[in-house]
Amino acid sequence: MKQLELMKKGMTSSIPMIVGGVPFGILFGSLAMSNGLSSWFAIAMSSLVFAGSAQFVALGLILIDAPLWVIISTTFIVNLRHLLYAADMVKFIKHLPIKWRLLIGFGLIDESYAAVRPLYNDKQITTDNGHFAFLGSFLSFYLMWQLSTIVGVVAGELIPGMSAWGLEFAMVATFIGIITPYLQAKRVGFVTPYWAALISASIVSLILHDLPNNLGLLCAALVGVMVGYLVTLKVGKNVPNKETKALIKEGT
Amino acid sequence: MADFYFVLIIIGMFAVTFGIRFCLFAKANKVVMPVWVEGALGFVPISVLSAIIVPMIFMPNGNLTLSLQNPWLIGAGVAFIVGLIKQNQLLTILVGVIAFYLSKLIV
Repeated sequence: MKQLELMKKGMTSSIPMIVGGVPFGILFGSLAMSNGLSSWFAIAMSSLVFAGSAQFVALGLILIDAPLWVIISTTFIVNLRHLLYAADMVKFIKHLPIKWRLLIGFGLIDESYAAVRPLYNDKQITTDNGHFAFLGSFLSFYLMWQLSTIVGVVAGELIPGMSAWGLEFAMVATFIGIITPYLQAKRVGFVTPYWAALISASIVSLILHDLPNNLGLLCAALVGVMVGYLVTLKVGKNVPNKETKALIKEGT
Repeated sequence: MADFYFVLIIIGMFAVTFGIRFCLFAKANKVVMPVWVEGALGFVPISVLSAIIVPMIFMPNGNLTLSLQNPWLIGAGVAFIVGLIKQNQLLTILVGVIAFYLSKLIV
């Protein structure tokens, strides 16, 4: 029973991003159809790859007849950010049996990480039981992604021109919903480094947007992480925050 | 033949994606993170997500478009302000999407 409650907790904190994900999944399904790809391909990709932005980039590459190795290596770069999520999650799941780690690895996406990771900080879940919350979050995102892809596949055949509706804005709004809590003093207590990370990553992403294979994205993300951490070391000394202090002491 | 090519795409993308997500979990009990890495990882979500969406917002057509005629900028700006003030994710997403479509309608 306790485990069901934890799963529910994971699902509840996922609801806003599920709402934001549905239009994005529909867009993927309809784009695949309107570009002459088969329905099984769109559905198989959503169920096996399960990576929204990489699926869109791959779709674009398939349409320009890019070779296989370009599609795969671009997928690698676009999804490399998940390695950073995994690095952050490893301390919470290292004691779990392999089947749990396989499952959490498969389901580690931007949204499930963003929905579940803060629950550890808020002490709503612990290392002992947090994986059930993750399972609940993963299952709800997985179901949403499959269903919305299928709806998109069907709708894409019935309603032409859906891809021009700007449905991908739903993803932008979802990611803004993930970002803004970091910028609020109430949540993290110490916001300057997060603003610094946001601004520096944004500027670099605009300057380098022309780089091929989304390399600009990767550079921008690394710059943001570095700037955020350096500002923590620099400014954090005056802030009476236990975690920051520990970080500075051990980090320098 | 064409089908076989699409199967290869899916298998390849699955292998790469799952490999990235799982590789650190495979030998999770042997992974030791240095403290500075732990500290830096806290900035991953905000940096990665803003690097993904900022070009979409400011360059919807590939060029910098800092104008009120840019629905992406309007929608994202509204969502950002609502997110900062209200701290409510669902509200942030819904109001942002509504603002986006309203300004798309008007422009």
